[in-house]
Amino acid sequence: MALLDIQQLEFTWPGQSQPVLVIDEFRIGLGERLFLRGPSGSGKSSLLALIGGLVQPQQGSLTCLGSELTALSGPKRDRFRADHLGVIFQQFNLLPWLDLRSNVMLPCRFSRRRAQRAGDVNRAAEDLLQAMDLAPELWSRRADQLSVGQQQRVAAARALIGQPELVLADEPTSALDSDRRDDFLQLLFAQCREAGSALLFVSHDRDLAPHFDRQLDLATINRVGASA
Amino acid sequence: MTLPSLAIRSLLNRRFAIGLTVLTIALSIALLVLVEQLRSEVREGFYRSVSGTDLIVGARTSPVQLLLYSVFGLGEPTNNVSWETFNALAGTDEVAWAVPISLGDAHEGYRVVGTQAQFFDHYRYADRQPLAFAQGERFNDLFDVVLGHQVARNLGYTLDDQIVLAHGTANVSLQQHDNLPFRISGILAPTGTPIDQQLYISLTAHEAIHLGWQNGMPRPGANPTDVQARALAERLTPDSVTAILLGLTSRAAVFGLQRRVNEYRQEALSAVLPGIALQQLWRITGLAEQILRVVAGLVVLSGLLGMLTVLLTTLNERRREMAILRANGARPVQIAALLIFEAGLLAAAGILLGLILALGVQAIAAPWLLSTVGVNLAVGWPSALLWKILAGIWLAGLVVGAVPALMAYRRTLADGMQVRM
Repeated sequence: MALLDIQQLEFTWPGQSQPVLVIDEFRIGLGERLFLRGPSGSGKSSLLALIGGLVQPQQGSLTCLGSELTALSGPKRDRFRADHLGVIFQQFNLLPWLDLRSNVMLPCRFSRRRAQRAGDVNRAAEDLLQAMDLAPELWSRRADQLSVGQQQRVAAARALIGQPELVLADEPTSALDSDRRDDFLQLLFAQCREAGSALLFVSHDRDLAPHFDRQLDLATINRVGASA
Repeated sequence: MTLPSLAIRSLLNRRFAIGLTVLTIALSIALLVLVEQLRSEVREGFYRSVSGTDLIVGARTSPVQLLLYSVFGLGEPTNNVSWETFNALAGTDEVAWAVPISLGDAHEGYRVVGTQAQFFDHYRYADRQPLAFAQGERFNDLFDVVLGHQVARNLGYTLDDQIVLAHGTANVSLQQHDNLPFRISGILAPTGTPIDQQLYISLTAHEAIHLGWQNGMPRPGANPTDVQARALAERLTPDSVTAILLGLTSRAAVFGLQRRVNEYRQEALSAVLPGIALQQLWRITGLAEQILRVVAGLVVLSGLLGMLTVLLTTLNERRREMAILRANGARPVQIAALLIFEAGLLAAAGILLGLILALGVQAIAAPWLLSTVGVNLAVGWPSALLWKILAGIWLAGLVVGAVPALMAYRRTLADGMQVRM
């Protein structure tokens, strides 16, 4: 069974006349690590927003964990995102004025399911921070006192707390140098495996692709890009 | 941690701008509360001073002026009432008691009131309380003086001290009655009324110290000594008094007597009901009060607009914060609620701080007001009306918060899941 199944999808941003995404089929398997190559302008932000349930497609279906997202109301999609998705951005992932531990626990604030699955939320956050190679003396610090590399690892810990079924990572390594990038990937993979989470990793950096179970080029599946 | 605690952490992060905003609101609230409190307290204070007097009679003048110079020691009397008229009034059936008042002298800027000993029996203040002595007793000897509480406290006098009265009510008097010093026989307990600011001597003493005076000046060579004055005092009756305080046997008689006094043929008189004269005074001051209220209201409005400005300018910086919360599962409604909660918190903090500030200023200003105007400004709990106004301002703060909340709401819907800078 597929974790995520997109069929005959078409999406246009409100107020625009041309669609940015036209996808016939796109799937992610349970626990799969998928590398999606997508240069900027290829529609990757739109795809992530669709999967996150922040916007609705005009046509087609988007099924995640057996739920048809296009049939859910806005608040229900927000709830779905909170319960089942972890998100890592390119940078500026953390609330700068919050300490690391609280940053990691953030998703459990919006999702009871994630909090329940995490068990002792505080403990779960600390375990994840530890697993991401962040020393305990950092845990009470404000997030903006960390280096970019450390911040990305905190973001990964946050995406993984409460074992969401899918982690969306939007170029999380683009701000890191190559050594740190590989370290980060290894830590992220290990923790995804631990949590049983699938990983959709969007990047323009082809060098990373071999580390993944499968790789795809957004330009080949998005018919808007192909015709351009 | 809950959503409100997130909001508080976020506010703490911006504490400088937020602190200034709260201070702006607090100052505007303090102004509003002070205007409102002073208004009601000053009125209350004036009413406290006239609680036992049914009618005040003086030479023909406006009711407000008569009330102000006879009871509150504000302004100058225009003319006097003859002694015959006083006797005629005191002998009227409806009059339970009549107390004459003679003004015109002062001591260190405090007014000296010439009156009769029964003043201490009949005068009432606040909730019909009689006057009480903190020390000593009323004047018995010709040259005894009774001090109001503030007079004794501010000038540091104690019983049996000798003081000299000055002619005229100005702070600096050229003419001193230094040939006839007075002994302090009693000090009144505090009343929170102009009584505390005045000195009391007998009407006879008031006449005695003006023996040999003409046209407000001592005749050259006519400075009677203590012994001479005492000898003459036996036969002294005053020509006139400044005003007369009347207590009636029945309150129902008050309007009839007032009309008869106003139509008195032998002399042009005014009789005023203290309560009604105060109403007239409020009508005069009403416009100024309204202007003050409008100004205070505008200042509060500008405080709230200041808050709106701060919330809107920081909204752009916080776009990232909103996107992070959104990506982690926050609903747009929750983000809007967060911003409204913030505004509500700021407004509440401002109102609370403003209230504390206003009460503090009031507590500090109270002694000064008491000594200059003689109005006791109790640091009172704000009235129900004021609470309603403050609640209204808080609600206005929430409405102000709804503006950035709405903008954030729409923006989160449009931004998708990107962190836009």
